[in-house]
Amino acid sequence: MSKIAIIGGGIIGVATAYELAKLGEEVVLFEKNYFGSGSTFRCATGIRAQFTDEANIRLMKYSVERWERLEEELGADIGFNQTGYLFLATSEDEVEAFKANIKLQNKFGVPTRLIDMDEGKEIVPILNTEPFLAGAWNPKDAKANPFKTLFAYLRRARELGVDAREHTEVVGLEREGDTITAVKFRSKGKVERVKVDAVLNACNAWAPLINGMAGLKRDLVPIKAYKHQLVKTEPLERGQAEPLVCPPSWNDAYIIQDGEDGGIICGAGIEHEAKSLDDVEPTYDFLRGVLRYAVRIAPPLRYAHVVRQWAGYYAKTPDSNPAIGKLLDNFYIAAGFSGHGFMMAPAVAQAMAELISKGRSKVPLDWEWYDPYRFERGELRSSAFQIG
Amino acid sequence: MAGKTIVCRCNDVTVEEIEALIDSGVTDIEEIKRLLRVGMGPCQGRTCIPIVISILARKTGKKPEEIAPPKARVPVRPVRVEVIVGGADE
Repeated sequence: MSKIAIIGGGIIGVATAYELAKLGEEVVLFEKNYFGSGSTFRCATGIRAQFTDEANIRLMKYSVERWERLEEELGADIGFNQTGYLFLATSEDEVEAFKANIKLQNKFGVPTRLIDMDEGKEIVPILNTEPFLAGAWNPKDAKANPFKTLFAYLRRARELGVDAREHTEVVGLEREGDTITAVKFRSKGKVERVKVDAVLNACNAWAPLINGMAGLKRDLVPIKAYKHQLVKTEPLERGQAEPLVCPPSWNDAYIIQDGEDGGIICGAGIEHEAKSLDDVEPTYDFLRGVLRYAVRIAPPLRYAHVVRQWAGYYAKTPDSNPAIGKLLDNFYIAAGFSGHGFMMAPAVAQAMAELISKGRSKVPLDWEWYDPYRFERGELRSSAFQIG
Repeated sequence: MAGKTIVCRCNDVTVEEIEALIDSGVTDIEEIKRLLRVGMGPCQGRTCIPIVISILARKTGKKPEEIAPPKARVPVRPVRVEVIVGGADE
């Protein structure tokens, strides 16, 4: 047994702590703010395998399979519900692109199919079918409650002995050669130090700061924070827009009915690089922009009330694929999820825990595809299809 | 729903639920808010958040003024979507 430090108390860090504890490892986890405060608690709740490249499709197919059993495994309600994702095409060219994506997804066992707008209307009763030619529908895509999921992982992790500390900031790493030997952290104003055998950087938007502490160039893994906002309406009757519904050609705008209270969450690819890592102020431009798309997708939303608006970060890499792997002999990274960390967490956490503990993993994660050194080599992947 | 004394009238959250969550070790008001959805309804926490702060202060031995309320969200009051998007679809 070795002592493993995880830096970052979002879904990736907490789920990996749980997976490592399951493998019998001793884990200490540091979160400088409150658990989930970075990106996890600001996400739009969506979980999908409808990606457009083999690596992300295979990883997410496996992740969805883990999600399907997670409530039972963690012994808690996490609000997981397979209500599907419906992408909508606005042109013939887009219909052809959907067909190609569906073929690739089907090849790896993801049951997406092309549907007409009559079926679309059955699935989403408030849908405006008029602008759309067809939809790509995967009924196995899903949503879950990010708050409940993170705490379900956290409780089980603590039961298995994980020492998880919030409001505890890592302030330095000690390195000998290519090995991190200790973590320095500040708790209640006092700096302490713990010897470690391995370290995982799970800080997403903040990951470059931790890489800097490890003596690596901050732009070795060039993650930038983009402010993404969401707007939510008052609760509506259930069943109006349960799937995530998205016409990608409308600036990636989407709506999804919150699994918890039935309010409609509205998002769009109206994004700005964050001015700083505490810039999560919502903007009026976004509010108006996203709602203009939302009422075109579902006209009755015009008569609903907006209840809240908030922002979080897409911690984006240049190719919008995460950096997952080893940076030094015992220093690992799983960060830069570009908006996909919550949905990928069950698979990535298992893969990362197995890599750290055993040196290899049975999760179908393409380590080369997500290699954190690819940016330095100038290799970029095809951009992962973004959207909640 | 455990207990009968409702603190959050938007989401029917009771004193007993808040106390039980604090007893389970969740003492950050941002986490209490999200797990119980207290203060996340249309009233934006006007009624309930001061009460949550007083319960949290009592349970943790802090002074209420030491506990910052969770981040306030816009809009301050619910606004009809049509007011924001204007009359006609574009």
